Amino acid sequence: MNAFRRLQSIPTPFCHDNIDTDAIIPAAYLKTVSREGLGEGLFANLRYRDDKTPDPQCVFNEPRFESSRILISGDNFGCGSSREHAAWALVDRGYICVIAESFADIFASNAFKNGILTIALPKDQVTRLAAEGEAGRSLVVDLQEMTVGLEDGTVFTFDLDDFRRTCLLNGLDEVGLTIKHHAKAISAFEERQKLEQPWLYRQ
Amino acid sequence: MPSPRTLYDKIWHNHLVSDAESGSGLIYIDRHLVHEVTSPQAFEKLANQGIPVRRPEAALAVADHNIPTVGRAEGITDELARLQVDMLRRNVMRTNIPYYDVDDVRQGIVHVIGPEQGFTQPGLTIVCGDSHTSTHGAFGALAFGIGTSEVEHVLATQTLTLKKAKNMRVTVSGTLPLGVTAKDMALAIIGEIGTNGGTGHVIEFAGEAVEALSMEARMTLCNMAIEAGARSGLIAPDETTFRYLQGRPFSPKAGQWEQAITLWSQLSSDPEAKFDREVHLEASQIAPQVTWGTNPEQVLAITGHVPDPATIADKGKREAAERALAYMDLTPGMPLSEIAVSHVFIGSCTNSRIEDLRAAADVLRGRKVADSVTQAMVVPGSGLVKMMAEDEGLDRVFLDAGFEWRDPGCSMCLAMNPDKVPPGARCASTSNRNFVGRQGPGSRTHLLSPAMAAAAAVTGHLTDIRGFSAVEGE
Repeated sequence: MNAFRRLQSIPTPFCHDNIDTDAIIPAAYLKTVSREGLGEGLFANLRYRDDKTPDPQCVFNEPRFESSRILISGDNFGCGSSREHAAWALVDRGYICVIAESFADIFASNAFKNGILTIALPKDQVTRLAAEGEAGRSLVVDLQEMTVGLEDGTVFTFDLDDFRRTCLLNGLDEVGLTIKHHAKAISAFEERQKLEQPWLYRQ
Repeated sequence: MPSPRTLYDKIWHNHLVSDAESGSGLIYIDRHLVHEVTSPQAFEKLANQGIPVRRPEAALAVADHNIPTVGRAEGITDELARLQVDMLRRNVMRTNIPYYDVDDVRQGIVHVIGPEQGFTQPGLTIVCGDSHTSTHGAFGALAFGIGTSEVEHVLATQTLTLKKAKNMRVTVSGTLPLGVTAKDMALAIIGEIGTNGGTGHVIEFAGEAVEALSMEARMTLCNMAIEAGARSGLIAPDETTFRYLQGRPFSPKAGQWEQAITLWSQLSSDPEAKFDREVHLEASQIAPQVTWGTNPEQVLAITGHVPDPATIADKGKREAAERALAYMDLTPGMPLSEIAVSHVFIGSCTNSRIEDLRAAADVLRGRKVADSVTQAMVVPGSGLVKMMAEDEGLDRVFLDAGFEWRDPGCSMCLAMNPDKVPPGARCASTSNRNFVGRQGPGSRTHLLSPAMAAAAAVTGHLTDIRGFSAVEGE
């Protein structure tokens, strides 16, 4: 995955709670065997009207947020289905950072695997960041320092799991890492388990 | 003396390959269920890098999400869906992963067939690229949904790097009243703790009312753990679990069975184990539940009324309720039992097992689907469930009542295949999510139990199953 260090962008304010992955990418867009091109389906039920034309009222269709790379949302962002297509759609549309009050576990994991930084902040700070977006001001997200900076000099700090931070900062490929560092330990585990639960190793 | 541990702590510890920093660990994954929608990108990436599948026999693959539930003999007409199914077939053939093809009687919803085949067992770690993998926790397995990158990681290494979750216990004491099911219990719990009440936690379900549940009912309960935000639900295995598993194709055979029982019998939380959060419910207080909104925490007893958002203090929840009512086209104060439905769906990984079909058929025997209901369908969870139901004559009950009797798959739960609720139409559904557009663009969903769905089909509106026979019976 791509490394994430520092990002400056206007944020897209989308402060609703419980945004589910069916909303982020409806099931109709899951019939693909590729990770590419899913941005077209991002928030499709909100972005397009019944006649399939873009809804100009929808924040994701506003020209001022076209180049936005940071999404701001409410509580429990990404709940529901485990579809990684939600993360692929966000990346494809340009979003590589989501700031919300909290995240559903599976979505947070999927986002991380695709180089998306998820930042959980208290409600008042999230509200403030959304207002910055509304006012057309940009934010600076610094993963090294674990800060979100506003144009007026205000700085919010955030926490992130060490493992995820290291992987994101260095753009590390997890599969390669595990094989490189843990292949022996995995084999040893299997040898032990084979003795205790031989029925799990039937061919 | 080691400190007291929860069931989750024990399974975590038993599968720890190596400790990582800050409460994370590399966890061994025993079983991996694979389906057509969330796997192609994982197989492709491994193939491109020349990385082999580490243990094909630890996986089991099936197509369920996008396959049609009628006219299968003619093949899949939706080109994109066919491509996904063809690709799954090619990928599993190439990598030697066991696979039940679309015409195999063992084919079905991935969370129905795992338990049915005995592939799901106590104490195992089980994953699948599907959030309802929590279902398998009914057997005392640590089971959770994963994304496609994790599917790739498991195929390649048989492990996942995970952050240890917190422990939560939901205890349901007492006895469920007649007509109240595991589905109602699950919805009542979600109503109590909210859709993110279990986020970051593994929920262990305990108490007399949980212990009294059959395996099918326990699966319904654990299935819905994810709707409370918990990636996994767990129930300690007991005699009910062992009886269910004995003699199934993947279950330990004679000679190893006793060894397995000894091992599985140790799988419970120590009496003094500490939970980060405890929730208690009294079973006798649970009434049949129906959802009125667009997430599963927007739920009430069928005796209730559509809530008035103006009375909700929290601004976020109030606005969410306002949006939900607008989408659902409901008026505050309206009795829930007066909400008319045009569609009824009995199926999904939540409620498509034999007991679910029996419960629905018991309500429908000798009755007819109301004229105002334009479509009522039953989609059995697997070919084997379908066969068993037909042996018991349940298909006749459904067909005579005016239901469609379909082939197994996820179907109208997520509307990836042709089974969709039309825009603006309202469905009484035994599935797990009432999200905006979940059952098709513009669809409106009310979640409920199989018996309640059957009753709604007969009356044409949401109906309290308790006393239904007395009012409507012949």
